[in-house]
Amino acid sequence: MDLLQAIVAHYNHWIIIFLMVSGLYIVVARGNMIKKLVGLGLFQTSVYLLYLSPGKILGGTPPIISAQFSVYSNPLPHVLILTAIVVGVATLALGLALVVRINEAFGTIEEDEIFAGEEDE
Amino acid sequence: MVLLTLLAAITIGIVRMRNLFGVVVLGGIYSFLMASVMIVLDAVDVAMTEASVGAGISTVLMLGALSLTKTEESVPKHLPLLPVFVAVATGAVLVFGTFALPPFGVAETPMNTHVAPYYLQNSIPDTSIPNVVTSVLSSYRGFDTLGETTVIFTAGIAVLMLLKGKRHIKPGPKRRRVSR
Repeated sequence: MDLLQAIVAHYNHWIIIFLMVSGLYIVVARGNMIKKLVGLGLFQTSVYLLYLSPGKILGGTPPIISAQFSVYSNPLPHVLILTAIVVGVATLALGLALVVRINEAFGTIEEDEIFAGEEDE
Repeated sequence: MVLLTLLAAITIGIVRMRNLFGVVVLGGIYSFLMASVMIVLDAVDVAMTEASVGAGISTVLMLGALSLTKTEESVPKHLPLLPVFVAVATGAVLVFGTFALPPFGVAETPMNTHVAPYYLQNSIPDTSIPNVVTSVLSSYRGFDTLGETTVIFTAGIAVLMLLKGKRHIKPGPKRRRVSR
């Protein structure tokens, strides 16, 4: 029974950690630059959930003030994550532009092949 | 819980798939699932932004970059033992840390009792905006939002600078050799 309670109480945290670790793994293990950017995106979205899930209050409603409701979820993480999403897409665009330029200069977006090409010089 | 499990399943697909086009499409599905989870977590504004920006603009940007590069990822030469170890160790430490966190959905956590009630109570008297997220974003923390737009502006300029010089590059001998 205790185990079941612990699972219900922390399931969101564990999924967040799983997403985070998968993103970390992709960034470290994969040589393809676009795949690396996807991994960074996974890591980023897991942080969104990490911020949003403790702000949820069971029985609460979205933080739009109305006379019919008295319990609202925490609005502050929502504001921070709105900013983070928009900044995230800006950095993603910058990263993809860099990848396109690397592809023009080296003819590949694989890390190993870029290093090999530099050693051939 | 079901949505979170689906998210984990999609993540496994993203990690294992080698076709980058498939990875980008899975990323779109992932973003929509993430938006659904955000609605469940009462973050309706964030869910709308994630659905439009995460699933829309990011996917389009990724597909644009893919059309300019290759869509197939090469198989790594060596087994990724060290990255697996790093990932598993980090995950274990983080899971150990979660047992000190408050359980899901409780109202009496420090995060929910510190400054959030102030915004909830004073939003209508101060700004007469019923949506508290809007009032915090554009009124209480307007300077943060100004900084955010500065970041986006800088990123936009950087992208333009990177992609503008494209036509002036001559294909040197180095480039030809590597691309073979």
